[in-house]
Amino acid sequence: MDGGYLDGGFSNPSTESAAAFRQIMEVVARPGVICEVAGAQPPAPLSPAAGAVLLTLCDADTSVYLAGSVDTPDVRSWIAFHIGAPLVGPAHATFALGRWDELMPLGQYPIGTPEYPDRSATLIVEMPSLDAAGATLRGPGIKDTAHLSLPDVAPFQENALHFPLGLDFIFTCEQRVAALPRSTEVS
Amino acid sequence: MSEYNFAYLDEQTKRMIRRAILKGLAVPGYQVPFASREMPMPYGWGTGGVQVSAAVLTPDDTFKVIDQGADDTTNAVSIRAFFERTAEVATTTSTEDATVIQTRHRIPEVSLQEGQILVYQVPIPEPLRFLEPRETETRKMHALEDYGLMHVKLYEDIARHGHIATSYAYPVKIEGRYVMDPSPIPKFDNPKMSDNPAIQLFGAGREQRIYALPPYTQVVSLDFEDHPFEASKPDQCCSLCQSTTSYLDEVIVDDSGKRMYVCSDTDYCAARVRKQAA
Repeated sequence: MDGGYLDGGFSNPSTESAAAFRQIMEVVARPGVICEVAGAQPPAPLSPAAGAVLLTLCDADTSVYLAGSVDTPDVRSWIAFHIGAPLVGPAHATFALGRWDELMPLGQYPIGTPEYPDRSATLIVEMPSLDAAGATLRGPGIKDTAHLSLPDVAPFQENALHFPLGLDFIFTCEQRVAALPRSTEVS
Repeated sequence: MSEYNFAYLDEQTKRMIRRAILKGLAVPGYQVPFASREMPMPYGWGTGGVQVSAAVLTPDDTFKVIDQGADDTTNAVSIRAFFERTAEVATTTSTEDATVIQTRHRIPEVSLQEGQILVYQVPIPEPLRFLEPRETETRKMHALEDYGLMHVKLYEDIARHGHIATSYAYPVKIEGRYVMDPSPIPKFDNPKMSDNPAIQLFGAGREQRIYALPPYTQVVSLDFEDHPFEASKPDQCCSLCQSTTSYLDEVIVDDSGKRMYVCSDTDYCAARVRKQAA
């Protein structure tokens, strides 16, 4: 342990997390839109965007599940120091982080209850690339249609069928972030 | 700005509110519970709206506050000054120049644009509350999409008055799923909520609820085939700017009951008056 995990947080947490949140809110409100979030330098293999999302949204009140290759001692130390979120298994996660194939199966995450559909997990998916091309998106937040390079199609269609229950997805790649809430219809 | 954290609230509170906003956007029209904080103003003065604004504001924003359409009432002036002091944001009264607009009971007359955020102050977020006082029951009704009672209420309006007499806080249905209280905006403003390019956020401080509408969300005012929804306003024109299309306030101007009608949106009215003078 070299203490490297002490670095890489926001240098000015209140304004940098406010700016990062606005970008995250923008992409959640407008599925298909890609924004940049800056300011975080988490340890490998996390992308700067995933680090910024964690710093902006997670704290001791949110449980985080680290899936597969992102569950490293460096990442654990960084989260413990900067965020303080308890690390849990997928069934109890408020946020889950990992590569798409390592986050599977989606059935293991909480999708909320009919009375409280907000008590569902948000998955932060680390992507090799992120473009406004590929799958067609329709729904709230989208004028006509939008496109996003989703890692798959069928799981998102199945997720949307649970509406108003379901999982919400934030996609991260380098500095860039995009999102797919459960309300979006994918084809 | 050494006295307060940026935008007054502490970071953990803002994160909690931000998570609620994101879930609200993911399930449009659903009321997300949040741990509302005491604010340095009484309940009923926009504590919910203020907390939502505090969670979304960045130092680069230009902030506008309206109270019943007016930029110059006590509530609007105080909240604007609050964020000038605690967030050091630029403020404006112009709807076009604002990036974040906090509103009490009106939607501006000028169409909102992509990139703008409209934050509503909400007193009672639960549209079914006056029909069913128990939270456990209304929550179940939302879960089961059981909104028959709301139609009974509108029907009773018709039975008693001959038309749907509800004129503000007129219930709407979001994307065919959740029935939502649009906050006490006049029903004249209801059609502006639908397909709006701006993000619309709703904060109820005392009731501890946040809900949201992403841009371009379908918002339908409840009605009947034989009694369709009508966005009504006084059938008059503004005494100051002669607008016939804006929402009007009726103002009593002397002891003998003389009255005048003026635009409730002061920025819209003032801009028209300036244009006519030029």
